[in-house]
Amino acid sequence: MKVHSSHFKIQSIRFGVGLLFLLLISIFLAVLLGSENLSFFELTESQSAILYEVRLPRILLGACVGASLAIAGASLQTLLRNPLAEPYLLGVSNGAALGTMLAFVFFESFEFSRPIMAFVGAGLATFTVYQMAKSRVGMNVERLILSGVIVTTFLSSIIILLTSLLDATKLRSFTFWLLGDLSQATSSGFYLSLIAVIIGTIILASQARALNLMMIGERDAFDFGVEIEKTRLIVFATASGLVGLSVAASGSVGFVGLIVPHLVRLAIGSDNRNVLPFSAAFGASFVVIADTIARTVIAPRELPVGAITALIGCPLFIYLLRKN
Amino acid sequence: MLEIKNISINYGDSQILRDVSFTLETGEIIAILGANGAGKTTLLRALNNTLPVENGEIFLDEEQINEYSRRQIAQRIAVIAQENETKFPITVLEFVLAGRFAHGNAFGWESESDIQIAFDCLQLCDLENYENRLMNELSGGERQRVLLARAFATQARILLLDEPTNNLDLSHQALLLKLVKKRCKTCESSAIVITHDLNLASEFADKVLLLKDRKIISQGKPAEVLTEENLQKVFGVKVLLDRNPLTENVRITTIF
Repeated sequence: MKVHSSHFKIQSIRFGVGLLFLLLISIFLAVLLGSENLSFFELTESQSAILYEVRLPRILLGACVGASLAIAGASLQTLLRNPLAEPYLLGVSNGAALGTMLAFVFFESFEFSRPIMAFVGAGLATFTVYQMAKSRVGMNVERLILSGVIVTTFLSSIIILLTSLLDATKLRSFTFWLLGDLSQATSSGFYLSLIAVIIGTIILASQARALNLMMIGERDAFDFGVEIEKTRLIVFATASGLVGLSVAASGSVGFVGLIVPHLVRLAIGSDNRNVLPFSAAFGASFVVIADTIARTVIAPRELPVGAITALIGCPLFIYLLRKN
Repeated sequence: MLEIKNISINYGDSQILRDVSFTLETGEIIAILGANGAGKTTLLRALNNTLPVENGEIFLDEEQINEYSRRQIAQRIAVIAQENETKFPITVLEFVLAGRFAHGNAFGWESESDIQIAFDCLQLCDLENYENRLMNELSGGERQRVLLARAFATQARILLLDEPTNNLDLSHQALLLKLVKKRCKTCESSAIVITHDLNLASEFADKVLLLKDRKIISQGKPAEVLTEENLQKVFGVKVLLDRNPLTENVRITTIF
């Protein structure tokens, strides 16, 4: 029997090109739509200020956050062999949220304190969950998820305690941020996220083939040549870094890491060499679209983007859970 | 190909394997027999360096097994074990291609020849036209054959099989054993098989290891090891021994 691998690649390329188009179209629409509708041809001075200083950084940051969360979710799901695993579930998001909040309360004047503390928080939370889940026989997925839930709950209660330290104006912006909010976007925040998402995607994609084996089972992967400890460490560290930076930039935009990879898998199968990059591309479009909705439905007032992603994501999650 | 010298394995404080030694020669099939909990699977797990050995040494092609990387071991030793189910929709072809991971680069895509090998192995295991079926939609017996196809796809020269005939109907049991035997006789390969089927061991193995209470109590040719006394000692049952009229190998019948 003679076979050709090119068939699979053509299908992947088509799908990838389609997703890039979707991303470009959603960015294009997001630029035009808003509380102040813009036309591409004539911009007044104030309109061009809105475009370049407010709207564009926000859209592009949204794209980076969406890509980060989706690819982090996709790789963690594979690593834990659970399609329902999410950064939020493993305490990563809440670790980052607590870190950001500490920065917010104690080092507000230092611009980069938020991403740094978020990164540290995400890393510490992941490390704690990882250590709790490890036993002398190795890692067990149920144990890991249970540890994640415990750490998440613990961190949530600390966050609630800390909110009592905030004054009323800070409290409102913090509550918005906790729900996932892109309105504080800056160009520097965007550049940081862009660099992180490019590096993160390359690192995670380099583990895609090993993750394909881990998806079948850790022992299987080990038997067939994967250094599972190394892959696990790389994926955990990269995913928590991406989630940490996203949370610092925009709070906990929920369900992106869950819904996006799932839809990608439905469309093109489980091969992580497709799932990881395509999740990044689709996740970017997803958040850009969700944020455009958040900006426009009750304009001139705004909703946090996390509320929109949760409104779309929750019913889908319930559907998936029941189908499982 | 594989030389095991006085290995012991501990699990926490308790010893689960004590002072095991044997060698696997090229072309040889070894059957491991023993009661449940005797340490059979543990022994198999130690052979591809999954479980750390407390003392003693394992040599793979005359080198200490610890000197090899995971990939190098996977190129030389393939395992067929009880598989854990995945919740992801993985196709049979993707599953079998996992066997090609240790060859070529770990980052990119499989080559045409990798895919060709996977298709050939599917065909060999009576799984033609299964490549796009999903793993979690297959029957137990079909999955077992996919595991065999994946092991073959590695082109490893040593096969470790943990109760490979579980879930298989009679014709596929025969197919599996025939394929393993053929591979050992023609491709300079060898195999170690854990089984509970004494007659299967007698017919197919060149050598039998009989485990009891975490150590080997007898090893050698099937006819030397499968004696009434040994089987009484290990399994606590009376057996009737005679010869298979076709092959002249020992035939074991349990007396209830």
